[in-house]
Amino acid sequence: MSDPGEYGDAPEIAEEIMAGFRRTTRGVSARFSSGQAGIIRNLVAQVAELVGGAGAAEPPPAGGPAERGEAAGEGLPVDLAAILAMDGPAAPPEDPVLARLLPDAYGDDPEAAGEFRRYTELGLRSGKVAAARTVLATLPSDGGRVRLSAGDAEAWLRSLNDVRLALGVVLGISEDYEHEFRELGPEDQRGAYLHVYDWLTFLQESLVRALR
Amino acid sequence: MSVAPAEVERPEADEDVVPDTPWVTIVWNDPVNLMSYVTYVFQKVFGYAKPRAEKLMLDVHHKGKAVVSSGTRESMERDAEILHGYGLWATVSHDR
Repeated sequence: MSDPGEYGDAPEIAEEIMAGFRRTTRGVSARFSSGQAGIIRNLVAQVAELVGGAGAAEPPPAGGPAERGEAAGEGLPVDLAAILAMDGPAAPPEDPVLARLLPDAYGDDPEAAGEFRRYTELGLRSGKVAAARTVLATLPSDGGRVRLSAGDAEAWLRSLNDVRLALGVVLGISEDYEHEFRELGPEDQRGAYLHVYDWLTFLQESLVRALR
Repeated sequence: MSVAPAEVERPEADEDVVPDTPWVTIVWNDPVNLMSYVTYVFQKVFGYAKPRAEKLMLDVHHKGKAVVSSGTRESMERDAEILHGYGLWATVSHDR
């Protein structure tokens, strides 16, 4: 696990570009620049499509913003398991990011892990897609102020966490990654993504604190 | 470590509850999940008081894993499924 308090510079970097989430009398709130909104929307949509397939980040055909609440609910259009009325796969995903987002529930019993996965994976996938869609529906693409209900804030927490888990796999984040990444040369593209990762860490941390 | 079933009244502090059906849900450490978030999830999912949730989080962080609930196999699988929804790395096992 990581604790941004351990890393002296992460909050400073983040404060340059945003103040994070705050609790207000009307729910938790944050303000985003259009650039920040674009980064979040892009990453959230990528995770949704990885987990839910092409088009998963698009709102359901009949659903405009007014029906967003439905899309984030249970047993509605995003519930792939209910629509398809079928079991999921028994084998773990080969993609390392997917394998982290959809982990085995039995570490040393492949048969039990497969059985568990067969019955839970589609529901898990649809839950992650629903959370991603809530973020996309509540974050204007040109940025601005975002105010979240308790339910939407929970979806943001899960979705930001999924994005960080995905980036963590791609970047090879370890417990002491800041030490390792200090060695990165300026030509290493991971540097830019690491700043995004640190910023999302700050953002998620601020949301957890605002919800307490 | 104190082990309590997920769906009983909160046990007295430090009281060890030995379930009849010793299946457990284990949460494993990973370098991405935030300590504050993991504590939040334990409070939210299990209804644990903050000190208990924080202690479990610290066990995960320092020891690499912690038993977060115990009970029937079915309820442990349900717990693992919920924790996976939150992005925590959870497994179910018998006789930890």
